[in-house]
Amino acid sequence: MKTVIIQYNAGNIQSVLFALERIGVEAIVSDDEEQIQHADKVIFPGVGEASTAMQYLKHRKLDQLILQLKQPVLGICLGMQLMCKFSEENNTQCLGIFDEQVAKFNPGEEQLKIPQIGWNNIYDLQSGLFKGISNNAYCYFVHGYFAANGMHTIASANYGITYSAALQKDNFYGVQFHPEKSATVGEQILKNFIDL
Amino acid sequence: MLTKRIIPCLDIKEGRTVKGVNFEQIRDAGDPVELATIYAKEGADELVFLDITATNERRKTLSELVNKIAHHINIPFTVGGGISSVEDVQLLLKNGADKISVNTSAFKNPNLIDQLALEFGTQCVVLAIDTKKESDGNWYVYLNGGRVKTNILCIEWAKEAVSRGAGEILLTSMNNDGTKQGFALDITHQLSTQLGVPVIASGGAGTMQDFADVFENAKADAALAASIFHFKEIAVPDLKQFLANKGIPIRI
Repeated sequence: MKTVIIQYNAGNIQSVLFALERIGVEAIVSDDEEQIQHADKVIFPGVGEASTAMQYLKHRKLDQLILQLKQPVLGICLGMQLMCKFSEENNTQCLGIFDEQVAKFNPGEEQLKIPQIGWNNIYDLQSGLFKGISNNAYCYFVHGYFAANGMHTIASANYGITYSAALQKDNFYGVQFHPEKSATVGEQILKNFIDL
Repeated sequence: MLTKRIIPCLDIKEGRTVKGVNFEQIRDAGDPVELATIYAKEGADELVFLDITATNERRKTLSELVNKIAHHINIPFTVGGGISSVEDVQLLLKNGADKISVNTSAFKNPNLIDQLALEFGTQCVVLAIDTKKESDGNWYVYLNGGRVKTNILCIEWAKEAVSRGAGEILLTSMNNDGTKQGFALDITHQLSTQLGVPVIASGGAGTMQDFADVFENAKADAALAASIFHFKEIAVPDLKQFLANKGIPIRI
């Protein structure tokens, strides 16, 4: 079993690596085409801003590489958003794996704080990714933008609006929360991904 | 629903926790990693590590400790204390810290907040403010661990910091800190309702009701405490159950 975390200018690579280590999974961090293509599992992390991240991926030709992957791929946070079609964050064309669009949270009447920071419950869980996870389990979120609910939604959350906590299409999975920081729930989700 | 966060704070000196702790299940009360692991298991939502080391070795000791903590802890954690440059922050984040907090250095050089937000994103920049209510009824910013008074109002500095890119405010009331008489509800409410970012209330926690008050009346997003947790006066699971029973959104 070979797990590769895609190396790019994302902020949470180290945390993902440590989390995998805690569940006994050895992973390598790489931006090498060969390494990524031959991995059994690929993790696409992300903390940062969408347009800068997309530029970086294109510059390294990682955008084309990701689209061609056939093994299970897990996008985390910004990684998941970049797998969507389009992000309002600096009007960025993204990878287009998921048809869902990424929009900015609206403070609304409740005067919500943006970004959302903290633990929120996830529900309507519809994937093997959530095996053993109870409905309304809490996960740790940090994000100012969200992917709308759509045909690829496999888990929902609510912050003023109901949005996609997770997406899936074929071998591509994405989670908006940070499983690497979501206590035992997050560790179980990472384990489930590795066991897919 | 987004929940209110309970955050134990550990003071660190030369890689060891300094305030005493009173845990039966702990082998080494001075080991921050062991203590942090217990808090994470008990259901703490986040942890804050405040480094008070004053030696030249501090950067190396702290980054090594952060690395160790990051290996073991499965919840987010913030590191603060004496952080004054982009390089300091880079080193800590690289070793696995999720957020860093800045205080005096940011007040003296507000541009630091802009630089950190640009470089690492606002989500990992926590601005810590030590504040004290003076006889004129206003809350002022204090520096250097509360030893130096300024003439700047807490709310003004907080607003400026947020506009520069602070993603959260860690607000400590010097009037309340150590009293166990409850959090400073007025200034916490003022910041929580006037700022677009989360506010972590700190200083004064003595009872479980104090936490309920700071969440319900002062609208705090998170509450931080140290000694009441370390000395087991309040256990994290009991506190969370108490708050949940009151209908406050809490992760159980």
